[in-house]
Amino acid sequence: MSDASLIDELPGELLMWVLIISELLVFGAGMVAFMGVRLTDPAGFAEAQSHLHRTGAAFNTAVLVTSGYLAAQALQWRQVARRGVARLALIGAAFLGVVFLVIKGVEYADKAAQGISYESHPFFLFYYLLTGFHAAHVLAGVGILLLVTWRDDPRNIEAGAQFWHMVDLVWIMLFPVVYLLG
Amino acid sequence: MKYESQKIAYAYFAVAMALFAIQVIGGLLAGLIYVFPNFLSELLPFNIVRMLHTNSLIVWLILGFFGAAYFLIPEESEREIHSPKLAYLQLIILVVGTLGVVVTYVFNLFEGNWLLGKEGREFLEQPKWVKAGIVVAALIFLYNVSMTVLKGKKTAITNILLLGLWGLALLFLFAFYNPGNLALDKQYWWYVVHLWVEGVWELIMASILAYLMLKLTGVDREIVEKWLYVIVAAALFSGILGTGHHYYWIGTPAYWQWIGSIFSSLEVIPFFAMMAFAFVMVWKGRRDHPNKAALLWSLGCATLAFFGAGVWGFLHTLHGVNYYTHGTQITAAHGHLAFYGAYVCLNLAIFSYAMPILKNRDPYNQVLNMGSFWLMTSGMVFMTFVLTFGGTVQTHMQRVVGDYFMDVQDQIAIFYWMRLGSGIVVVLGALLFIYSIWVPRKEMVEPGPIERDRLENDPDHVAAES
Repeated sequence: MSDASLIDELPGELLMWVLIISELLVFGAGMVAFMGVRLTDPAGFAEAQSHLHRTGAAFNTAVLVTSGYLAAQALQWRQVARRGVARLALIGAAFLGVVFLVIKGVEYADKAAQGISYESHPFFLFYYLLTGFHAAHVLAGVGILLLVTWRDDPRNIEAGAQFWHMVDLVWIMLFPVVYLLG
Repeated sequence: MKYESQKIAYAYFAVAMALFAIQVIGGLLAGLIYVFPNFLSELLPFNIVRMLHTNSLIVWLILGFFGAAYFLIPEESEREIHSPKLAYLQLIILVVGTLGVVVTYVFNLFEGNWLLGKEGREFLEQPKWVKAGIVVAALIFLYNVSMTVLKGKKTAITNILLLGLWGLALLFLFAFYNPGNLALDKQYWWYVVHLWVEGVWELIMASILAYLMLKLTGVDREIVEKWLYVIVAAALFSGILGTGHHYYWIGTPAYWQWIGSIFSSLEVIPFFAMMAFAFVMVWKGRRDHPNKAALLWSLGCATLAFFGAGVWGFLHTLHGVNYYTHGTQITAAHGHLAFYGAYVCLNLAIFSYAMPILKNRDPYNQVLNMGSFWLMTSGMVFMTFVLTFGGTVQTHMQRVVGDYFMDVQDQIAIFYWMRLGSGIVVVLGALLFIYSIWVPRKEMVEPGPIERDRLENDPDHVAAES
């Protein structure tokens, strides 16, 4: 029982780890492709990047990290049987996820108003693919957080927090690569 | 055979093997036409031969899956199949449909008829009445096996198998949807073909392989199930959006090029996991199962699926590469080894395991069967290499240099000759397999010392470790 027990020692659900690794591979490959294509047109990419809202995205980073902190705390609280506080923390985490989506939505609406779409420039193709795919995960994550608020078994909360941290982590990598690096 | 209704599988496997013979002979004819372009051009044109070759492949593989389900579900859920009568009715519908397809393709009696005529879409050429028959048969099947599982024990193997078979049937419904817009037509068309072979069929493959590993190696069910769930999660994660690799050049938006490239690259993972799974189970398993042929086919299946579907698929899945290789012999190389490795070997593995039990002569000498594995496999691997080299030359001449299609075909004729040669070996292997399953009966094999010890002391023992 050598490798089987190693897998057994993993905290949380095995399938959630499979999902997390798969997601990180996808986003990782997407960012590598983005940086690869940028090499072919650094000036065009820099120009396109200047249309992004860096402040909004920086604010969103803070929102998502705070939300992740709340999700992590919820598990701690649930483990010492403070169910009410844990549930409040989870709802807070989900609410911040919605705040993230609203700010992201404002950013998308502003791009649309400027007539920018995924076809405007390869930069925007990747911008919409990467951040859009991430936003879809935030939306799913909000649903999962609410689900584990309702079904608040510690194992469930752990799985939900695992997923939510992955969404966090991806954004923390996306933010510098898409918004800051020039 | 523990349950009487497992016998249903016998009829399914018999029809499947008959169609298997037709399929490989069709392939041989198609290979001949490549080198003698006018061969049979009036009687049986190339497009018809190719239709028979691909359609009969799909039908016999599915019949094999149905048979496998009827064979393993009673054992897994520990009860008889809900209604054997319905199961035979389902087979009759499918056989009538198949004969109808062959007659329609070869004689083309009802050209243009809404109900009876062949529908032009590649691989979905079946006339509408046959498609409707397939749906009815699928409904009967799903009702029958779902009722059996619902009333019996639920295991991970039956759950995943049912999920795969339900998906297979539901996705086939897209065969009825044929939008006028050619780009949309192609988009939904792949829901059947791609979401089958790179989606739900992988679930069927993983669960049948898991069943075989459980029986052949005696590893704990718990360990097998853990692998099964991981493989299935990886298959669905990569396979569904991996469909995007068919959307590069059909008129869909450009973002599919990146979605398709990234997700389909990950499709290697479940195939690698299945190969690792099969070998780790055999390595850990203590059971010295006498059916070495079934084990050989199972390991061959996992290995060749990894190379055929995984490696040869990745070879041309990135859109930058596919821009040049699309529709060349590289595709044919991938198609042949992927179908052979993943789904042909899988079916032959379950046939090799189940048929001696169904014919009540287990265990017996399976040297001929194992010989057919090496014959078919070496033929198919050689064909894959030949088509890959031919396809590389074709890609360069046709897509890089810009020579005319037919001029290039003349230049790569040598590869088509070699492909014909390897095709003959595959057909001989297939016929040998069928012979080895049905004919020899005399020579029984005595179990080896470890297996004898197990049978004497602990016949129910399945745990390989602890």
